[in-house]
Amino acid sequence: MAETMTSAAAPAAPRPGRLKEFWYYFRENRGAVIGFWVFLAFIVLAVFAPVIAPHDPTQQFRDALLKPPFWQEGGSLAYPLGTDALGRDMLSRLIHGARYSFYVGIVVVAIGASGGIVIGLLSGFAPRWLDTIIMRVMDIILAFPSLLLALVLVAILGPSLTNAMIAIAIVLQPHYVRLTRASVMSERTKDYVTAARVTGASTARLMFSTVLPNCLSPIIVQAALSFSTAILDAAALGFLGMGAQPPTPEWGTMLAESREFILRAWWVVTWPGLAILVTVLAINLMGDGLRDALDPKLKRS
Amino acid sequence: MLRYILSRLLTFLPTFFGVTLISFGFIRVLPGDPIVVMAGERGVTPERYKELVAQFGFDRPLLVQYWEYLKGVLHGDLGQSFVTKKPVWDEFFALFPATLELSLCAIVFAIVLGLPAGVIAAVNRGKFFDRALMSSALIGYSMPIFWWALLLIIVFSGWLGWTPVSGRISLMYFFDNGSGFMLWDALWSDQKGAFLSAVSHLILPTIVLGTIPLAVIARQTRSAMLEVLSEDYIRTARAKGLSPSRVNFIHALRNALIPVITVIGLMVGTLLAGAILTETIFSWPGIGKWMVDSIFRRDYPVVQGGLLLIAVIVMIVNLTVDMLYGFINPKIRKR
Repeated sequence: MAETMTSAAAPAAPRPGRLKEFWYYFRENRGAVIGFWVFLAFIVLAVFAPVIAPHDPTQQFRDALLKPPFWQEGGSLAYPLGTDALGRDMLSRLIHGARYSFYVGIVVVAIGASGGIVIGLLSGFAPRWLDTIIMRVMDIILAFPSLLLALVLVAILGPSLTNAMIAIAIVLQPHYVRLTRASVMSERTKDYVTAARVTGASTARLMFSTVLPNCLSPIIVQAALSFSTAILDAAALGFLGMGAQPPTPEWGTMLAESREFILRAWWVVTWPGLAILVTVLAINLMGDGLRDALDPKLKRS
Repeated sequence: MLRYILSRLLTFLPTFFGVTLISFGFIRVLPGDPIVVMAGERGVTPERYKELVAQFGFDRPLLVQYWEYLKGVLHGDLGQSFVTKKPVWDEFFALFPATLELSLCAIVFAIVLGLPAGVIAAVNRGKFFDRALMSSALIGYSMPIFWWALLLIIVFSGWLGWTPVSGRISLMYFFDNGSGFMLWDALWSDQKGAFLSAVSHLILPTIVLGTIPLAVIARQTRSAMLEVLSEDYIRTARAKGLSPSRVNFIHALRNALIPVITVIGLMVGTLLAGAILTETIFSWPGIGKWMVDSIFRRDYPVVQGGLLLIAVIVMIVNLTVDMLYGFINPKIRKR
């Protein structure tokens, strides 16, 4: 409640005091802090991939096909996590794969969230008939299982990482619309909004600078959670051959390529999936912590 | 109550027409000439091209095309597959039991493990069991299930050799006039070992498809239980001297079930999306694999029809859950 009051007085960017308060609550949740550090490591890997990776991710070492990791018989430290069927270094491919996943997460959340927030705000402020139309359209999108709709959209647009990202963003976007609209609905009847309206604020100003900052908490949590959904779905599309195309070292695509070796070389299958799991887990842990820290009302656990 | 049902039905209809519009639009928004795209690299002769244009009615106005399509849909006519030449409707319902069987097994697996896990976690709040169970649930929730499937295949099919890698039943067995539900057919057939074979084929796909629902149910049960456990009537029940297990499982769980049932009901979408991956990996002949194969074969009438049918199934289940929920909880009806 106090938060609503202060932000109504100063709807601008959060002040350091608030960030400190946020960190205080976030720190309470040990899992969230671990998730945060893992996520940070993931970002560092993604950003500095070319510097960190020991080899080029697409370079094929013809004399080292399907080498096991270094601790197994026949492995060597030159390829610490082994090589794949074309003699490419697994570790380097994994590190470069972080780039694609990070890129997917950022782009999908950016498109999905900004589109969803604008539509949600519109819907919350629009006359009833427009609101109904918007919400019905969102219902229609939500009636399709998300992966199936993404798959079909990619089939229309043509398989590539960019199209996979667009498809996932479209599929995730209704969640932001619903969330934003619900918060707007509960905010717009409050006194501070009426006050702003009485002082002559335009509808656009009411939407974006009066109401929106007070609706952000659940949206931020949703952004964190859909970051991980985006990574998972992009990997699933890659796995089905509808996302990034070989030889891109995207984790899902790597898994698809490794399928035929699954009973001969466990490491080609294990590492990319483990990378996806750890990243998604870290983000979900962080998301849980964010939810608890940003909005005690939403606290579920 | 009647008004509630009517209002839910009223929102169902526009959504239904929207869904038909999307599946109708699907073939028409394909870049390029849909018929050339569908023919793929083989190409089409000019005569065949004309024939196809007439068959799809592409030469008529868009509105007329949609009207014809809608009439077909309402009569159960979704066109024919390019590859098998069979009606899409028949193909869908021939394969649907496989997906339904797998999904039911997965949801039962998730409920049987998820409910007790959630209750145990809630009762032991903050203790070791709670942490261990909830950490596992979060891992399950974050799991890329296509990778999980491959891992299980490596361990149980590769190293241990316990389970088969693909299919629904060993090729040795065949059922005439089966119901399509392999477990059921195998159970009532007099072929020895058929049931065991069907079960061993089902185990891994069930685990894979059930993992995320399991995690969701466990988390949801725990939080619903925590809420209920702090209620006065639970304190009363304890004060009366009822045994803890009676209080937890009878008094508390019963009331905690409402949100859990809703979550389970709304899981159809998740299950069908998961079925796409699970069926592809385990070569499970259900609608998920059928859709993926059709997308790759450019069998667009199938994709179009499957998309519509799947969405309608999801919508009907969601509507039913909504109504049941309104039935159980009168507060919802007032909204």
